[in-house]
Amino acid sequence: MLEHYISLFVKSIFVENIALALFLGMCTFLAVSKRVETATGLGIAVVVVQAITVPVNNLIFHNLLKEGSLGWLGLGKVDLTFLRLITFIGVIAAMVHILEMILDKFFPKLYNALGIFLPLITVNCAILGGALFMVQFEYDFVESVIFGFGSGIGWALAIIALAGIRERLKYSNVPEGLRGLGITFIMVGLMAMAFMIFSGIQL
Amino acid sequence: MGKYSKILFDPILNNNPIALGVLGICSALAVTSKMETSVVMSLAVIFVLAFSNLSISLIRNHVPTNIRIIVEMTIIASLVIIADEVIKAYLPEISKQLSVYVGLIITNCIIMGRAEAYALQNPPWKSFLDGVGNGLGYTFILIAVAFVRELFGSGKIMGFSIFHLKTEGGWYSPNGMLLTPASAFFLIGFIIWIIRTFRKEQVEEA
Repeated sequence: MLEHYISLFVKSIFVENIALALFLGMCTFLAVSKRVETATGLGIAVVVVQAITVPVNNLIFHNLLKEGSLGWLGLGKVDLTFLRLITFIGVIAAMVHILEMILDKFFPKLYNALGIFLPLITVNCAILGGALFMVQFEYDFVESVIFGFGSGIGWALAIIALAGIRERLKYSNVPEGLRGLGITFIMVGLMAMAFMIFSGIQL
Repeated sequence: MGKYSKILFDPILNNNPIALGVLGICSALAVTSKMETSVVMSLAVIFVLAFSNLSISLIRNHVPTNIRIIVEMTIIASLVIIADEVIKAYLPEISKQLSVYVGLIITNCIIMGRAEAYALQNPPWKSFLDGVGNGLGYTFILIAVAFVRELFGSGKIMGFSIFHLKTEGGWYSPNGMLLTPASAFFLIGFIIWIIRTFRKEQVEEA
């Protein structure tokens, strides 16, 4: 059993890296990766939010939305899965808001460090994508905790690595039309290819 | 060029949401290994973008600013659910291939971005056109990337064989790398390079 969980953890960090293999959270991934410091802040915020929202969405999906899950209300045949998109995005927005208030009250230093990134996470598709993949792969509660945490770490790892490369890029001579966005795309492509060596690994 | 056609066609080359604004990239990469999926995805995005812009513009004077994000989110999520259910009902095969990426239109930043930047300040008809225009800009990149990936990656366009594959007795050995998602990054990078070679004003300071 433990092996299965460790394997899932490694898989969600490296093999199915949410940024470089599944392409989620790309907008922020490309826009906020200019400096390592900010990338680290955003990475930590994503790990925290992802580790909370995926299990919470898992509970809601399995206890309220899935077909037959409303049996305890005497509504055995009701299937609310079509509501999952709007529910998940609502849960994510609410969780981010609560997290923001908690951090502001108890960890003001971290709150100030994260700044604008925290509210932006609501529209980061890595978070919603994580919840949707959780449904698609049919993870149970424990698995969803591990998947949420692991995929958050994977995303953070990828954005910090990209920021490191971009800081170095200042010293190179890039063709005019490729400067900025263009070269970043090509670099991320190379990183994604590098991450492909992990594919097929099973512990 | 007329005022309206400018709104409609400007986002395709001059102000492309993907190539200039870095918006809505996730899905642009994941669904482009085939033309078919990219076309369906583009239509879904055009639909959601146009109608979210239209409805947000219609209610823009009645929503208090501090709750507008939630209102926008709800409108967008409802439209995406409609698109998702329609695709599931009529194109079940493609729906499976698109997997979660239709749902992810909700967090596609093009839609939020246009709602915030355009629909909140402009009348409904213009916002609607702006939505269609930006959707077309997105489509342009998606189709261009998918065309290259499908043609050279599997020798087909829309599922029809163009290059006969070696495995089927033809002459073309497909480039497997184009089927991997990494290739989409390179292709978009090159498209940006081409656009910026001709539109010097878009070049960024390094």
